[in-house]
Amino acid sequence: MPVTRRHLLAVIPAVGITAFAVGCARMLSRMQQGDYDPRAIHTPMLNQPIPDFANLPSLPGLPPSFDAPTLRQQDHPVLINFLASWCIPCVTELPLLKELSTHVDIWGIVYEDKAERVSAFLNRNDQPYQRVGHDFSGKIAIDWGVSGVPESFLIFPGGRIVWHNSAGLNQEVITREVLPLLELTP
Amino acid sequence: MRQKFGLLLVMLMAFSHQAWSVESPRELLPNPQQEAQAEEVGRQLRCLVCQNESIEDSSAPLARDLRQIVRQQVSQGRTSHDILKWMTHRYGDFIRLKPVFDRGTALLWLMPILSLGGALLLARRLWRRRHHPLPLPPLSGEEKARLHKLLTGD
Repeated sequence: MPVTRRHLLAVIPAVGITAFAVGCARMLSRMQQGDYDPRAIHTPMLNQPIPDFANLPSLPGLPPSFDAPTLRQQDHPVLINFLASWCIPCVTELPLLKELSTHVDIWGIVYEDKAERVSAFLNRNDQPYQRVGHDFSGKIAIDWGVSGVPESFLIFPGGRIVWHNSAGLNQEVITREVLPLLELTP
Repeated sequence: MRQKFGLLLVMLMAFSHQAWSVESPRELLPNPQQEAQAEEVGRQLRCLVCQNESIEDSSAPLARDLRQIVRQQVSQGRTSHDILKWMTHRYGDFIRLKPVFDRGTALLWLMPILSLGGALLLARRLWRRRHHPLPLPPLSGEEKARLHKLLTGD
């Protein structure tokens, strides 16, 4: 039987529906595997220089604070971690951060929290931070594209953001994403 | 009585929602024109905490902070376009409740026109087929002989 234009036209809807079904199936399977989240907040700050900020206020009884130039001048990677004492995932990830602090320096930025509360919280726990600054108004966090706490950024020397995680850390994310990046350090 | 009370409560809730999309009157800009611009920008920005609300509607602390930034930038005389760009630079296209038109969203935006066009084409074909059926090709010699055989009953 010869293939006519009619046959070809009749195939178009079938191809369209199949493509749509394959797309849906791929999206659903990626959602199940966890590497696609339709509600995930995109991270456009990747490979961008860190935003500028003046020296953050320091907190009583905690390591000294820092500003953007200090962060840029580091000759090794730094993990920036936004945290608050009122945030449960921050409490949960603290032991993981402590363990990670043997591989990379971790600097904390305290997001919209009372100084005495966060000082008490970090001193009560085995805190992993080498430096801690206070973003009382939450405006520094917005400049970084932070939409909630905890969020972490990996900064390479020169102040380039090479990794951004807009959720709490877990062991899998650390082994799969953070540690390989640390080995790439220039 | 109880029903009336319920109705009153519902009405009160409806009104309070409309009146207080922004939490405190102190947030509003004194210049009504600037405030209108800020509200227009804010309605286009997604609250990243309660994701299907705009920052104007949301009472999340992050939405409050973003509203403050929008109003601060409006009062500095920045255009709505600049403010949206500032937000997208930090939070990506996701922060815009109405997606921008680009390569990734072209199919989404053009889908209504494409479906309408497809439906019209299909309708035209069906209509034509009904009213102007295709002329049948003439019978071949073999078919003519078969027809003759059937009609004459030989």
